[in-house]
Amino acid sequence: MEEFFDLELMFRLAGVVQNGLLAAAILGLVAGVLGPLIVLRRMAFAVHGTAELGFTGAAAALLLVGTGIEYGAIAGAVVAAALLGVLGGRSGERDSVIGVVLSFGLGVGVLLLWLYPGRASNKLGLFVGQIVSVDASTVVVFAVCGVLVLSVLALVYRPLLFASVDPAVAAARGVPVGALAPLFAVLVGITTALGVQVVGVLLVLALLVTPAAAASRVTSSPLLATVLSVIFAETAVLGGIMLSLVPGAPPSPFVTTISFLIYLVCRAVAYRRDRPRTGLGPPPGTLDPIASPVR
Amino acid sequence: MGEAAVEIEDAGLRFGDRTLWSGLDLDVAPGEFVAVLGPNGSGKTSLLRVLLGLQPLSSGSVRLAGEPPGRGNQKVGYVPQQRAIDESAALRGTDLVGLGLDGHRWGVGLRGMARRRRLVAGAVASVGAQSYARFPVGRLSGGEQQRLRVAQALVGEPEVLLCDEPLLSLDIAHQRAVTELIDTRRRTAGTAVLFVTHELNPILPYVDRVLYLVNGRFRIGTPDEVMNSHVLSELYSTRVEVFRVGGQIHVAGAHSALCEDLPHHADEQVP
Ligand SMILES: Nc1ncnc2c1ncn2[C@@H]1O[C@H](COP(=O)(O)OP(=O)(O)O)[C@@H](O)[C@H]1O
Ligand SMILES: [Mg+2]
Repeated sequence: MEEFFDLELMFRLAGVVQNGLLAAAILGLVAGVLGPLIVLRRMAFAVHGTAELGFTGAAAALLLVGTGIEYGAIAGAVVAAALLGVLGGRSGERDSVIGVVLSFGLGVGVLLLWLYPGRASNKLGLFVGQIVSVDASTVVVFAVCGVLVLSVLALVYRPLLFASVDPAVAAARGVPVGALAPLFAVLVGITTALGVQVVGVLLVLALLVTPAAAASRVTSSPLLATVLSVIFAETAVLGGIMLSLVPGAPPSPFVTTISFLIYLVCRAVAYRRDRPRTGLGPPPGTLDPIASPVR
Repeated sequence: MGEAAVEIEDAGLRFGDRTLWSGLDLDVAPGEFVAVLGPNGSGKTSLLRVLLGLQPLSSGSVRLAGEPPGRGNQKVGYVPQQRAIDESAALRGTDLVGLGLDGHRWGVGLRGMARRRRLVAGAVASVGAQSYARFPVGRLSGGEQQRLRVAQALVGEPEVLLCDEPLLSLDIAHQRAVTELIDTRRRTAGTAVLFVTHELNPILPYVDRVLYLVNGRFRIGTPDEVMNSHVLSELYSTRVEVFRVGGQIHVAGAHSALCEDLPHHADEQVP
């Protein structure tokens, strides 16, 4: 237990993985900003599906090129996101389309990994993240992707928010609701793929969904929710990596645990806040519309 | 101005071999208040969707605020029929109203925040929603959401206002308040109003003309011209009696004409 909190060792190791920390910080920022929109659009399952296809892409890169899993993951996740954006336009259909696509992609990915002759740790890294393997060139990829995603998001933010919460009126006001869905899916896809290196393919939800879900528990202001979501995501991802250094464990269990704890705290805060005031404003039961006088 | 705010010319809409309506001609002048009545499924919502450019016509043409449908939508305020907001959504009433002001614009919208806040506050106050406008929209009652919807539609200073059953789930006092608000708007700013409703009585004092759709047929005219036994019997192809009691109009006989709103309300109020 003692060596777990060996601060000196922790910071010495942090110097070794500083590229990883830098990449993680970029990921935390982008994931934190996208999160509230993902939650508003009920896309948690889509993120999961996208991540699994990112895994397929990463596995393909590993087998075919032997390296470059970040490019493979990005390609796989973007293809998945675009596919889901196009196929799953209607929300009723979306769930099943994701299920269909992700199970097939995962199967292909497992096959590719089985065919890969290299070290088993490379394979495991895809699932649980492999922060040590992040080098300066990976950081550049993260930075470029981060700037790209955030710039596009800044451009479409308001109409996207409108389309996410209130699609009927947004469409009526001239917002291209249909075109924004696949565009946002691709932004999510790129971000998901970045998560492969840090928390591994299967756990990106801990950064893309949990912090935003926690934030929307404690505030209903979209701006404040975004700020909190970024803070929560950064805390989880950087804190998780730091804690994983001394025991030499993969970061993902720490990242997901911190993320989950933040979520629980936010739920508790919301519960305490909402309890004394039963109902908001006037009593919940609205009056019935006036009955037709002929009756 | 001078030109019609809404121009509908020989318009027809068919789904498969079912004709919702055809040969529809209607010009709505700026400041005019037109009620659209008719039983469920007669194509009232579809007519609004056509005007918004969300639904192509089968025949004929429409223009809205001087532009083809879908082109001038920034000049249109819209209160939709389906308007439930996700209960858990991180969105306050003021955010919802603000989206009606500039949600269609590109960018994040950090500039002009002060002006935006002022306009939103004004719109919120005009529907009397100050006390709950900062709560999460999804947790408000149907009537409260409804008033915010009206504020959202009016805050953008529209030239045309399209309302789909905006009085649903409002009590009588708020039905009156909302109707008067819309009436004031069209009188002072010349906004043309197309108002889909089941119940004519709450808005009768303000209505200039009625468009009554039934089974592919329709009638347009002043309330007196349309809401009489002769015309409605013809529209419904069955004997319909129209009574006027104390300035209100009551329709009896065409079962679908008078009772359809009751079960309809029941299932639409459930979020
Ligand atoms: N895109 C569509 N395809 C097929 N039928 C449709 C479509 N849109 C509406 N309808 C049908 O048109 C009819 C009129 O619908 P609507 O305009 O919503 O009626 P109202 O608002 O008067 O109750 C309904 O029977 C509906 O099922
Ligand atoms: Mg309708």
